[in-house]
Amino acid sequence: MSSIKIRSKRKDGKTQIRTLIAHSMEHGRNRDPKTGRLIPAHFIQVLTVSFNDQIVITSHMAGSISKDPYFAFMLKGGEAGDKIKIAWVDNQGNTDSQEHVLK
Amino acid sequence: MTAQHPSKAPIMTLALLALVVLLATSAWAGPEQDREALVRYYKTLFPSLSLQDYADGVYAIDPVARESWQAIEEFPPYELALEAGETLFHTPFKNGASYADCLPDKGIGIAARYPKWDETKGEVVTLAQVVNACRIRNGEPPLPYLKGELASLLAYLASISRGRPIEIEIPTADPRALAAYQQGKDYFYQRRGQLNFACASCHIQNAGKRIRSEILSPSLGHTSHWPAYRLKWGEMGTLHRRFIGCHEQIRADAPAPQSPEFRNLEYFLSYMSNGIAINGPSTRK
Repeated sequence: MSSIKIRSKRKDGKTQIRTLIAHSMEHGRNRDPKTGRLIPAHFIQVLTVSFNDQIVITSHMAGSISKDPYFAFMLKGGEAGDKIKIAWVDNQGNTDSQEHVLK
Repeated sequence: MTAQHPSKAPIMTLALLALVVLLATSAWAGPEQDREALVRYYKTLFPSLSLQDYADGVYAIDPVARESWQAIEEFPPYELALEAGETLFHTPFKNGASYADCLPDKGIGIAARYPKWDETKGEVVTLAQVVNACRIRNGEPPLPYLKGELASLLAYLASISRGRPIEIEIPTADPRALAAYQQGKDYFYQRRGQLNFACASCHIQNAGKRIRSEILSPSLGHTSHWPAYRLKWGEMGTLHRRFIGCHEQIRADAPAPQSPEFRNLEYFLSYMSNGIAINGPSTRK
């Protein structure tokens, strides 16, 4: 099961892309309430959105983004059958990506 | 009074009897009369709302918040939990059995029928308890009642009950059921805590008015949309977690989740919402 969910809506020559990503987004200053130890930083550092294999958005992020983040982008154009790919890399080297075909 | 007028005595007795009957019938106004009275009350408070509108809670009466809420519900944050709940539900236990085996109707549409009166146990049983009872019967440890896996499972169970009108029954054959309902009702109307608020103080008497920046939701439909992803929590939580939150806000000691107090309260509240279709899980502020 991918950690990324993508939805799109085409309207008036534009495409709205929305994504919900399951990620803990720990910024490194939270403490475990039971042990009192710091929870190691674990957050998405780079998020990329590709449109038909061409990167259209690269977002450099840090720990200030909320847990399970949600993003929405507006794309100029977009036809049925076009491919959207969203991928992330976090500070611990984990990656995930998900493809989505516009309807 | 002495018996100076013996001829009048039978008339007096008859009149007294009539009075007793009259008092008794009004004192015995049952749950259904309570529910009708509540629906009538809200009808005068919010004349434009249909019964089903109350399933949306405060977003039925706050047009500004409704707009953002609807935008959130288009791609709701509870989807991750819902998906996790679906996976959990279909994952068999170590002994090979699954949740569907021990839930009535394989779990489909049952969220509208809980909480339920259990005659053998002599108490109100909630869906969360049924899920945990199922786990225990299959040798699995019970799940905590406020959030996490149980909330995800309940979210999935609510989703496969969506659109089913709440139909809570209070069996008339068992007076203990009516007593449980009555205790739930009393709990709802009793004042408590340092601020001396009852549930009804906010959600009946002041429903629709502001408490600082927030608009108070009507109690009708309060149980239709749980569990919920609260933005305040940043995660899913169960109805009893919200009950505890309410207690904190009025600075009262809250009973434990799934305590008789909370189960009876849920019984009363759900009965009040009879006829409103389940629309959980949902997103709330």
